[in-house]
Amino acid sequence: MSFPHFAALFRPSQFFGIRGGVHPETRKHLSSESPIEDMPIPTLLRVPLQQHIGAEAEPLVRRDDLVVKGQLIGRARGPVSANIHAPTSGRVIAVGHFAAPHPSGLPIPTITIRTDGQDSWGPRLGRLRPENATPEEIAAKVAEAGIVGMGGATFPSAVKLNLRAKYDLHTLVINGAECEPYLTCDDRLMRERAEEIADGVGIMARALGVAQIVVAIESNKAEAISAMQRFDRALDIPLRVQVVPTQYPMGSEKHLVKILTGRETPARALTADLGVVVHNAATAHAVHLAVRYGEPLLSRVVTVSGRAVRRPANVRVLIGTPVSEVIAHCDGYAEEPDRLLLGGPMMGQPIQNPRVPVVKGTSGILALTRAETPGLDTMPCIRCGRCAQACPVGLTPFELNARIQSEDLEGAGRIGLLDCITCGCCSFTCPSNIPLVQTIHYAKGKLAEAEGRRHQQEETKRLAAARKAREEAAAEAKRQMMAKRKAEMEARKQREAAAPPPPPPAQAMAQPGGAAQ
Amino acid sequence: MIEAAVSMSALGLGLGLLLGVAARRFHVESPPIVDAIEGILPGTNCGACGYPGCRGLAEAMSEGAAPVTACAPGGRDVALALAAIVDTDGGGGGAVSGMAEAEPTVAFIFEDHCTGCMRCFKRCPTDAIIGANRQIHTVVTDACIGCNACIEACPTEAIVARVKPKTLKSWYWDKPRTAFEARGAEVAA
Repeated sequence: MSFPHFAALFRPSQFFGIRGGVHPETRKHLSSESPIEDMPIPTLLRVPLQQHIGAEAEPLVRRDDLVVKGQLIGRARGPVSANIHAPTSGRVIAVGHFAAPHPSGLPIPTITIRTDGQDSWGPRLGRLRPENATPEEIAAKVAEAGIVGMGGATFPSAVKLNLRAKYDLHTLVINGAECEPYLTCDDRLMRERAEEIADGVGIMARALGVAQIVVAIESNKAEAISAMQRFDRALDIPLRVQVVPTQYPMGSEKHLVKILTGRETPARALTADLGVVVHNAATAHAVHLAVRYGEPLLSRVVTVSGRAVRRPANVRVLIGTPVSEVIAHCDGYAEEPDRLLLGGPMMGQPIQNPRVPVVKGTSGILALTRAETPGLDTMPCIRCGRCAQACPVGLTPFELNARIQSEDLEGAGRIGLLDCITCGCCSFTCPSNIPLVQTIHYAKGKLAEAEGRRHQQEETKRLAAARKAREEAAAEAKRQMMAKRKAEMEARKQREAAAPPPPPPAQAMAQPGGAAQ
Repeated sequence: MIEAAVSMSALGLGLGLLLGVAARRFHVESPPIVDAIEGILPGTNCGACGYPGCRGLAEAMSEGAAPVTACAPGGRDVALALAAIVDTDGGGGGAVSGMAEAEPTVAFIFEDHCTGCMRCFKRCPTDAIIGANRQIHTVVTDACIGCNACIEACPTEAIVARVKPKTLKSWYWDKPRTAFEARGAEVAA
């Protein structure tokens, strides 16, 4: 074995973690050994028109319309948006509002479909041969299929595949870290569908025009690692599996890039600035289905876990299935859950209404018992500094908390409020149970609201100016018309005075008309 | 015809020249503070403050005749920005801290009562009301500044001001209580 080859085997990232971070109990054993199962089609599907970051889709169906599986029911609106397809065949029974899968539970535009159980496919999307297709064609196909980032951020994938126009890209990183405790859906998908994922990865790499692919998997997923290691090329682009340490938040895009390339993404910049694009493993699977088989994104694998669930499992669920039915499919509750979360326990959001639908970004449904949730008795900060040690972005959460509690949001902004990735390490590690990340959530929301208000004020100023200009133009036009008419009258009067004999009536009639033109 | 045109243009030219000279000659410097205040105000000239437009309020405020809290549609943010450049307590109005809890409001039209008279439509400073003659009107919430001008104009009292509805984009978590506040609430209970 020659020396350079040997050196290439040594990757320090295997031994060193990221700055800060925490090591929560993973509790993945609850569901990691249950193979992905298909859930039977529920009677009702509620498909929200906004399941992604960006503008909400525009509904294309009306009440009482019959839809077939894969039919486009919501069209992307604007450059950052995503198509929505009917997950199965049935009848649209409402196009209205329904509670969002969001902690607020606010109503959002939703299409409700009563399924007919036939699951009959409509026409599929046109297939592509990715080996021959241009990058633009692949990105267009991914956009058509309505694929969004399935790790939870739900950013439209096609937008990310088009980054090659603006950035000089060299590496595609596939995020299979799945650092959140409990979640096993990406793990199972990589174990069971490794070949399909590798193909999807190759298709994405081709669209991005990158020279290499790195699949990053946490060290606690030995089977997923060996499953993915069977591939060393995807569509003739070299692929390697990189084992990263098990540590939260390893799956954060910027931290993953840091550990793989040794380079840190600057604040408020994109990883694309470093020439790296990160996609989730489940997204790669969806891309494979869309490009090879013309199947839009209709379902996703969801981990149903937590000790309050009788039978934790990984379930392939149609988009729009009510959360309560997914739990019922897993034999319901073993005990009354203290908290129902969508997503992982660190960054997932609690929901109040169990009837909200599963959407494209729902990676997990967790029903946690009281023993699994942290205590709520907050105690004063003892300035131990553990939150600052745990913060993977290098912030000082205790100081942020103090400033936010005294409503000094500007001051909090000066010490990096906007750089916070709200991973929750600070709250997890705090010995006084101070809701640090929750306070930061509040501050970020409040800042965004103020920003929105400022933006609105500028826009209304523009509206008012437009209105004023319009009114002035109308007044000016009126004044001119009056002046013109006055001049005509004057001229006629003068002519009448100058001409001694009365002019023939026909001519008198014709003159004002001619002048008016 | 020709003489009319010539006389009118001569008149216009002469008067315009006169105006131009007068504007140069009798130019009055407005204090820069007025422009600064006007820049902060929403600039929609809605009249909710009772002064003739934002300029009028800016002048009154610069003279100390109006409080910094006079602009209701601007809300707390505008009041705070104004307080930074204006001598506070002008006119002895409400303190800025009193505005803290006020949530922004927008107009809402009860469609049952709307007769489509177009009065609110004409009155809206930001064109936030859409509708046509004898057709029910509605408010574009994003464009409404909550100046309540339409409420006064409505002959059937079909318009009310209500708290701006929250959307997924504008919703955020409540501020968590500190240990101190939690203990205080416990003791009070």
